[in-house]
Amino acid sequence: MFKQYDPLKGEMLRIMDKDGKITNKEMMPELDDQQIVDAYKLIHYSRMVDLKAVSYQRQGRMYTYPPNLGQEAAAVGVSTVMRDIDWLVPAYRELGAYLTKGATPKDIYLYWGGHEDGSRFPGAPNLLPIAVPIATQLLHAVGIAHGLKYQEKEGVVFTFIGDGGTSEGDFHEAMNFAAVWKVPVVFLCQNNQYAISLPTKKQTAVECIAVKAVAYGMPGIRVDGNDFFSCYAAAQQAHEYAQSGNGPVFIEALTYRRGAHTTADDPTRYRTKEEEQAWEDKDPALRLKKYLIDKKLWSEEQESELLEKYNKEVEAQFLEFENYPKYKLEDVFQYMYTKMPSHLAKQKQTYEDFVAWKESQ
Amino acid sequence: MAVMNMVQSINSALDIKLGEDNLVLSFGEDAGVEGGVFRVTEGLYQKYGEKRVFDAPLAESAIIGTAVGMCVSGLRPVAEIQFSGFVYPAFDQIISHVARMHNRSRGKYRMAMVIRMPYGGGIKAIEHHSESMEALFAHIPGLKVVIPSTPYDAKGLLISAIEDDDPVVFMEPKRMYRAIKQEVPEDKYTIPIGKAKVVSQGTDITVVSFGALMNESIKAVDLAKKAGVSVELIDLRTISPLDRETVATSIRKTGRLLSVTEGPTSFGVGAEMIALANEEAFLYLEAPPTRLAGFDTIVPLPKGEHLYYHTPERIFYEIKKLVEY
Repeated sequence: MFKQYDPLKGEMLRIMDKDGKITNKEMMPELDDQQIVDAYKLIHYSRMVDLKAVSYQRQGRMYTYPPNLGQEAAAVGVSTVMRDIDWLVPAYRELGAYLTKGATPKDIYLYWGGHEDGSRFPGAPNLLPIAVPIATQLLHAVGIAHGLKYQEKEGVVFTFIGDGGTSEGDFHEAMNFAAVWKVPVVFLCQNNQYAISLPTKKQTAVECIAVKAVAYGMPGIRVDGNDFFSCYAAAQQAHEYAQSGNGPVFIEALTYRRGAHTTADDPTRYRTKEEEQAWEDKDPALRLKKYLIDKKLWSEEQESELLEKYNKEVEAQFLEFENYPKYKLEDVFQYMYTKMPSHLAKQKQTYEDFVAWKESQ
Repeated sequence: MAVMNMVQSINSALDIKLGEDNLVLSFGEDAGVEGGVFRVTEGLYQKYGEKRVFDAPLAESAIIGTAVGMCVSGLRPVAEIQFSGFVYPAFDQIISHVARMHNRSRGKYRMAMVIRMPYGGGIKAIEHHSESMEALFAHIPGLKVVIPSTPYDAKGLLISAIEDDDPVVFMEPKRMYRAIKQEVPEDKYTIPIGKAKVVSQGTDITVVSFGALMNESIKAVDLAKKAGVSVELIDLRTISPLDRETVATSIRKTGRLLSVTEGPTSFGVGAEMIALANEEAFLYLEAPPTRLAGFDTIVPLPKGEHLYYHTPERIFYEIKKLVEY
C-alpha cells in the first residue's frame, strides 16, 4: 500500500467517496459487517461526548475545550486497529481513540473540567495523558516504543499530531529518532487544514505533509481522513508493518475541523461559511451512514435509538463529573514527587494554618 | 579500596547500576562507542552492549523526550547531555513533561530518570561550556537537582539518583572531573539525596557551597583558620530539595552565612540561602546573610575567565568582611 500511494506523486488513498460508495474495491479492508457498524457507533459515541462538552462549556459548566467534530474517522480508524497491548500517545483531538483505549467520558469531562484526576484513566493502562505542548508527545511515543523493543514486548505505539505540529522541532526529532532506532511507532497526522487560524499552506511549503516521511527513511501515506475505510486500512497496514520490526510509519489523514480550535476560538475570523459547508457535506459520519444504509446494515430508527441511548449514558457520565469530590489541598501536593519532600509538606502546612485561622474568625 | 577521580567514580556508579538492573540504560551523544567526550561512560558500551549503552542522534529534546517514554514503559534511563550549555533545546521536555508527568498522571507514570550533564567553568573552554545554571532547574517544581563535589560523593549520589523514582538532574562539575583523586570503594554504596554534608566544623561563620567551588572554599577555610576565624563549611550536595535543616542548624550556631556559588547572583541559589537564613535563623544573625555568586554577566571567554571565578582569596575576603561586620 505504501509503495502504491506515493506521496511524492501527490497520491491519496480513498476507498469510499462522499456518497458512501466504494470507489476503490482493491484496497477495501477485510472487516465484517459488525466491525463496520461498531466503528460507526463509535463515531457517534465520541461525537455525543464531544458535542455535549461544547454545550456544557457554553453553559459555564466546563472550561475551554477543543472540539473534534468532523474529524472522527482517523481516531476511529486507529481505534478499530488497536489491541490492548498497543499504546496510545495522544495530542488532544482524537477523542474516539482514547475512549476506545478505556478512557471514560467522565475522565474527559474531569480533565477539561479542570481536574487532574481526568488524566488518571483508571480503565486504560496503555494510554498517556493528553499532551498540550504541540508535538512534544511524539518523542514520548518513540521512547515507549524503544522500551517495548528493548524489553522484547509486543505492541505498537500510535501517536497523534496535527498539521501545525509538523512545524515543531520535536516533530523532526521524533520522526528521525523513530526511524534511526527502527521502533514500532505509527505517527498519525490529522491534517485538519488549520492550526488555530493558520491554514496548512502557510504552515508548510509542501502540498502533501506525508512527503516529509520520505526524508526520514520511513513510509508515508496520505489518506482521505474523512473516509473511515481509508483511515482503517492505512492504520492496519502501518500496524502490521511496525509490529513486524520494520520501524515507524507516517500517515497523513486529510480532514477538516468543522468546529472551532477550542471553545475560545472564533473561526469566522479566518475562514468562509462556503468552505465550512463544503466540508460538512464530506462529513465522516454522514458518509459511513450512507454506506451502511445502502448495505442495509443500518436504519434511521436504529440511529435515533442509538443517539437516545448515548445521550442518556453520556449525560450520566457528565453528572458523575459534576458530583466528583471537591478539589482538596492534598490534590495540589501529593503527586509532585513519589514521596512528599519536607519543604512541600511545610508549604501545605502554612496554607492549612491559614485556613484554620480563617475558620476561627 | 581504589583511588579514583570523578570521571572514574561516576563510571563506576553507572557500571554497578547497569550490572545489577536490566531496566537501567545509559545513552546520549557520543556516550556509546566513544565513551563520552569526557570519557565518563568509557568501556560501558563494550561491556554491556548497544542495547544498554548507546549513542543518540544529535538532538537534546529528543534525548529527554524519549527518556520520558522509556520511563513510561518501565525503564530507568540515564540520559547524558553532553554539556549543560546545550540542554536548552530540551527545556520544554524537562519542564513540560519530565517534571510534570507523575503529577499529571496522578502517580501512574513515574519519571525515574537521571539527566546527567557536565556544568560549570574554570577549564578555559569555548563559549557555552562554562555556565553554572543550576538555579534554572532548581526553580522547576517536580525535579531534584544533585551536584557532587568529590569522586566519593559523585558515586554514592549517582547510585541514589538512578534508584530514585523521581527525575534527578545530576550536574557534574567538569572542573572537578580530574582535579582530585581519592579513595572510593569499588563496591556499591549510596549517599542520600536531600542531605547536605558538614565538611568542617566551625563557630564563627557558616559557608555554604557545592560543586567545584567546594575545593576553593576548603582552601578559603584554611586561610581563615590562619587568620583566627573558625568556619563551618557545608557542601549542599543536593540543590533541590534543599537540606534546610542542616544549613539552618549551622547558621543558628555561627550567626553568619556566606553562600558561595558560581552562577549569576540574582535569583540564584545564594538568594535561596539568604531567604533560608531569614526564615529559619533570623534571631541568631550577627551579620547580614550574604552571597558571593557570579556576576550577572555572560561568563567571559578564557582570557577573562579569571575575573569571573572565585578564588580562595576572594572567598576569604568575604568571610573576613562578615566576621568583622
